[in-house]
Amino acid sequence: MTSGLWELVLKGIWITVQLTVFSSALALAVAFAFGILRTHRLWIVRFLAGCYIEVFRGTSALVFMFWIFFVLPLMFSYQLVPMWAAVLALGLTYGAYGAEVVRGALQAVAPAQREAGVALSFTRGQQLRKILIPQAWPEMIPPFNNLSIELLKGTALVSIMGVGDTAFAANLVRLALQESAEIYTYTLLIYFVLAFVISRGMRALERKAKAGIGRPMEKPAARKPGAGVLQMLKKVDGKAVDPQHAGTRARSAGGDA
Amino acid sequence: MSSSEHNENSEHTNPAVDGSELIKFDNVTKRFGSKVVLDNLCFDVSSGKHVTLIGPSGSGKTTILRLLMTLMKPEEGTIKVGGHYLTHEEKGGKLVPAGEKHIREVRKNIGMVFQQFNLFPNMKVLRNLTEAPVHVLGLSKEEAEQRARELLELVGLTEHIDKYPSQLSGGQQQRVAIARALAMRPQVLLLDEVTSALDPELVAGVLDVLRDIAHTTDITMLCVTHEMNFARDISDDVLMFDAGRVIESGAPEKIFSDPEHERTREFLGAVL
Repeated sequence: MTSGLWELVLKGIWITVQLTVFSSALALAVAFAFGILRTHRLWIVRFLAGCYIEVFRGTSALVFMFWIFFVLPLMFSYQLVPMWAAVLALGLTYGAYGAEVVRGALQAVAPAQREAGVALSFTRGQQLRKILIPQAWPEMIPPFNNLSIELLKGTALVSIMGVGDTAFAANLVRLALQESAEIYTYTLLIYFVLAFVISRGMRALERKAKAGIGRPMEKPAARKPGAGVLQMLKKVDGKAVDPQHAGTRARSAGGDA
Repeated sequence: MSSSEHNENSEHTNPAVDGSELIKFDNVTKRFGSKVVLDNLCFDVSSGKHVTLIGPSGSGKTTILRLLMTLMKPEEGTIKVGGHYLTHEEKGGKLVPAGEKHIREVRKNIGMVFQQFNLFPNMKVLRNLTEAPVHVLGLSKEEAEQRARELLELVGLTEHIDKYPSQLSGGQQQRVAIARALAMRPQVLLLDEVTSALDPELVAGVLDVLRDIAHTTDITMLCVTHEMNFARDISDDVLMFDAGRVIESGAPEKIFSDPEHERTREFLGAVL
């Protein structure tokens, strides 16, 4: 491979990184907004948030990308740059997956924590900001890790719209060299390395988040399914779990995945 | 209890605190499905009194505290705290279910200590104590921290101010939880079986702190406990519950040594 071709690939990597970062940021915002709305006390709000999540989880990110790029201009006579059409499609789609992660983690926080918040007269918003989200956050990171890797690989879809990302560059190189084994092997490796970087970063974030709620990262052997703050509470009191709460705990522990 | 007469002679400025009925349950009924937990319950607690609720489990004691803390709502009847309806509002002469804001305003007068402590694991001890005073009562940070330090001294945990709850023993966590409730300067403190989740050797420390608070402050206490000696020490009144009703009430000396009701005798015979 010539240095010119390598330059092409490097530019592609840079586009892939940008796409991943921007789409993840949008997805994170969408995930929190809709995940929180899914726990709202009014059923209509929960219902509408649920509609959004179902629609975007149930449609293909690629088709949606095409739709934004080709159909939207027909309706509003406004053409998005392919790059931003891709960010919008990926962010909204993966945000819908993420919303379910946020909802699950919020609902897995021990109900007693919310009760303590009520007892101190915090408003619902304050309970969410000061108590529920900080405790749910460490539980969200491992599933978010999965989703961001999925999203990274999902960015390859933009090559179909002619955005010069890694996959697009790889294709050009293949055409130039009339040889596919080498460049596609490199491309696999490039995605793997990028995914690995995300994964390690998220792991560090998780460690930091757990320390922030006074909970060191547990060894895999000590970790039980559905463990979390609930587990910690149980460890502290050791016994005499109020039967009324025991039921709720068992449920939330189960629905944590 | 004639509140008006008491008011005239009083030096206190806040009539709500001073009215002898600080807490008033009026025909309160609470059901879980078809099970009646509280059955047309009427009782009141005067300002500054320490009242202990005893009775077999399932008799509705904890439900009373949870109703007062607005963790649940009664199906029928009204609760008044400091002269104000807790879960109702008067609008155009009619009683309607109260809005969130009204409930929060009345609830600020009530603090609660839970069986399982329920400290916030994401905050260090100091912030557990200052978060609500700063963001709910609007105290300055310095003021709130000053108050927190005083309270930590009261419960004997000054050196743990910078630790997370998970680094403390159960007894220490419960004492922090007591301090956290007091940091809001409530008129009423609800204690929900606060020693039931503790190892036996940690119980005494927590009870000592509560005795201290009972004897040195004029805070009104409503206490659900199985520690009968503690109840005898701090209570002005003991209410014996069975099946959602008060079947007997009176001074602790009377209830514990010479109960009138057969059911009370059975219960005390089983726990003492």
